[in-house]
Amino acid sequence: MGFLQEKVAELGSGTNLIRELLAGAPRPELVPDWAIPLTAVFIGVGILLAIVSLCAMFGTWLERKVSGHIQCRYGPMRAGWHGWLQPLADGVKLLLKEDLIPLGADRVLFVIAPALVLSSILGAMAVMPLAPDFFFADAPMGVFLILALTSTTTIGVIMAGWASNSKWSLYGAMREAAQVVAYEIPLGVSLLVPLMVAGTFNLSEASAGQAGGFGIFGWYIWPVGFGTEGFSLGNPFMIPALVLVFVAVLAETKRAPFDLPETESELVAGFLTEYSGIRWSFFFMEEYAAMFLYCVVASFFFLGGFNSPLTWVFEDGGLLPNVFLFNVMAFVTIVVKGFLGMFVMMWVRWTLPRLRIDQVMTMGYKYLTPLSLLCVLGAGLWEWGKWMIVG
Amino acid sequence: MDRELQGTITLPEEGRTLASGEQEFVLDVRTQDMELNMGPQHPATHGVMRILVRTDGELVTGAQPHLGYLHRCAEKIGENVEWLQYLPYTDRYDYLAAMNNNIGYSMAVEAVMGIEIPRRAEMLRVICAELNRIGSHLIAFGTYGLDLGAITPFLYAFREREWMMSLFEKICGARLTYSYIRIGGVFNDAPPGWLGEVSRFCDTFEVKWREYYDLLIENQIFVGRTADVGVIPRDMALDFGLTGPMLRGSGVDFDLRRDMPYSLYEEIHDAGAFKIPVGTGEKGTLGDCWDRVWVRVVEMMESVGIVRWCLENIEPGPVIGDIPKTLRVPAGEAYVGIENPRGELGHYVVSDGDKVATRCRVRGPSFCNLAVVEEILSGTLLGDSVAIIGSTDVVIGETDR
Repeated sequence: MGFLQEKVAELGSGTNLIRELLAGAPRPELVPDWAIPLTAVFIGVGILLAIVSLCAMFGTWLERKVSGHIQCRYGPMRAGWHGWLQPLADGVKLLLKEDLIPLGADRVLFVIAPALVLSSILGAMAVMPLAPDFFFADAPMGVFLILALTSTTTIGVIMAGWASNSKWSLYGAMREAAQVVAYEIPLGVSLLVPLMVAGTFNLSEASAGQAGGFGIFGWYIWPVGFGTEGFSLGNPFMIPALVLVFVAVLAETKRAPFDLPETESELVAGFLTEYSGIRWSFFFMEEYAAMFLYCVVASFFFLGGFNSPLTWVFEDGGLLPNVFLFNVMAFVTIVVKGFLGMFVMMWVRWTLPRLRIDQVMTMGYKYLTPLSLLCVLGAGLWEWGKWMIVG
Repeated sequence: MDRELQGTITLPEEGRTLASGEQEFVLDVRTQDMELNMGPQHPATHGVMRILVRTDGELVTGAQPHLGYLHRCAEKIGENVEWLQYLPYTDRYDYLAAMNNNIGYSMAVEAVMGIEIPRRAEMLRVICAELNRIGSHLIAFGTYGLDLGAITPFLYAFREREWMMSLFEKICGARLTYSYIRIGGVFNDAPPGWLGEVSRFCDTFEVKWREYYDLLIENQIFVGRTADVGVIPRDMALDFGLTGPMLRGSGVDFDLRRDMPYSLYEEIHDAGAFKIPVGTGEKGTLGDCWDRVWVRVVEMMESVGIVRWCLENIEPGPVIGDIPKTLRVPAGEAYVGIENPRGELGHYVVSDGDKVATRCRVRGPSFCNLAVVEEILSGTLLGDSVAIIGSTDVVIGETDR
């Protein structure tokens, strides 16, 4: 088990803490060596899973409230204060619903698909640090891993559409395949802009690079920043890059106006048509988890990551240096930023009509891809020029 | 058994020209057409219509509407119940515009009887018909947004329609199937303060209408989805006997309210209270989906103008003539066509002087307008086909009756 132990030991301080706790068990000599890191992994996964599920559940609640208020309604009001227990009630309902597998469906694929979709997004979540000192996997190639794992969900969606033995599902799956291929490119390419500015793939490092300036003015998004090293010239291509990333993320997460794989008015429910109960909710959770993840990644690379006035107060060398409060505030900051991004995505969804599939393709290939390439070129030249002049 | 669709499965020799004018690519891959049942339970069919679509990937190569899932023998019932008893059945064919249906039937029977109805009743009829037209077009506008994935305008439209329905509830007690307009007049006079509330509704609606127009009709994505899609040229519109906004969307300036006026519409039109919006192909080709939807939306404002004129000119008086409960209509026949929100709603009634009609025939606008769908669906994309079906604004209750 040497290899596993070694790998797990690298996983980060969050799990290291658990390892220490376990090592202090009443009779540590009875605990085999390999069990400690393994337990740590399970506990870590449990914590991560709980946080992600809570975020996804809160996301569904937020969606319903946002849509309700945009449409002059209240949204859920009965289960708890302003319906905050509604996601829980929905979860119970979905668990108790009959799990239908249509006749003629490919049962194996049909069952695997939702699990694959959700697990790939959860895997991507592992790279996301929850606080500067609390993370699960401090991967040096964090963003790369996130992009790779989130695009695996597409395979799950195609599997679901194919296995359902329904023509509507098949259409949804094919649209998903076409759409995701078209938008992976602009998403990946336009994310290169902040990667160049930050000089790292790691999310924590990107966040650390935006410290200072009252927690606001050090963000990479500002053309002229005011960070820990005083005034500095930012990169003007960050703002267009953020817009491109936002549009590509809308398409990646199948959100309106790019919800072509679902299109409830054309394809009934697209690839979800034949799913019910908890399997259906897996797709739903994946959607909200992916939205949250992408929004968090965008805030790490564009909008300051952990840095906000809240963390600025408690950071090392700030007004009230306190490591614990700093971490708590960093967690609050990143969650709030993630949900603000989600709010904008919901706002867009409840405002705009849907594009047609050929318009989606046109936009992806003809506009977003060249624009993102231009953005990268411009940002690269800018950074090079800055390096040549300023040094 | 399904009738076979037009068209063949064989691979075309060279690229087909799509409805949008683009040339289709022909790949060296053998593809097979897929038959797709859109409906009877499908969100885009606005009811229980079934459209058998033949698709080649996203491309629709043929379509065949199948009707009859909501057939309730309305016309036959009309020949078996007493004259007045049939009135509630008229509510139920175009349930979004029940007032207009009531007027159509009542006027047909009145034409056979040869009676005049009181002026205040005519005024109330026109007010109710136009309010109902607004409500019906609000649904058309809202559900069309829904078809194109814009969910919010639908709820906004329902907010205003809710007010309209509560107005009707105050005047006749029903919210959907009114039976308010009777043979010889209307059921009862407007309750005190009702006309004032209608006036307030008009004021509010004018403000809201502008919002809807900016939110959906002028939206760039909406225009992109509807302009140049489902083009019905002028000639095709005339050939298929389209009426209502479908016809006017294709640039034919024809509205029964002006061209074959009934009730008070001649007077109202002469007073300049309303104009007939006609599609101009502003955003794309003349007769595309955008034109049809635009005609409906602008018509709502024209209806507000008609209602305003009636509110200004309404005078006290009786609202129903001396009509016995059991009608005996003198022998004769009449056809009366009125402008329903969807087009010409015609009632043809024949009487032998009996308590029941000998023949009661309905010419439904949705039914006639639907015929063109089969023609314009081929060569469009699947997403467009939904936009086209939505733009015909059919009410299945009326196509099937």
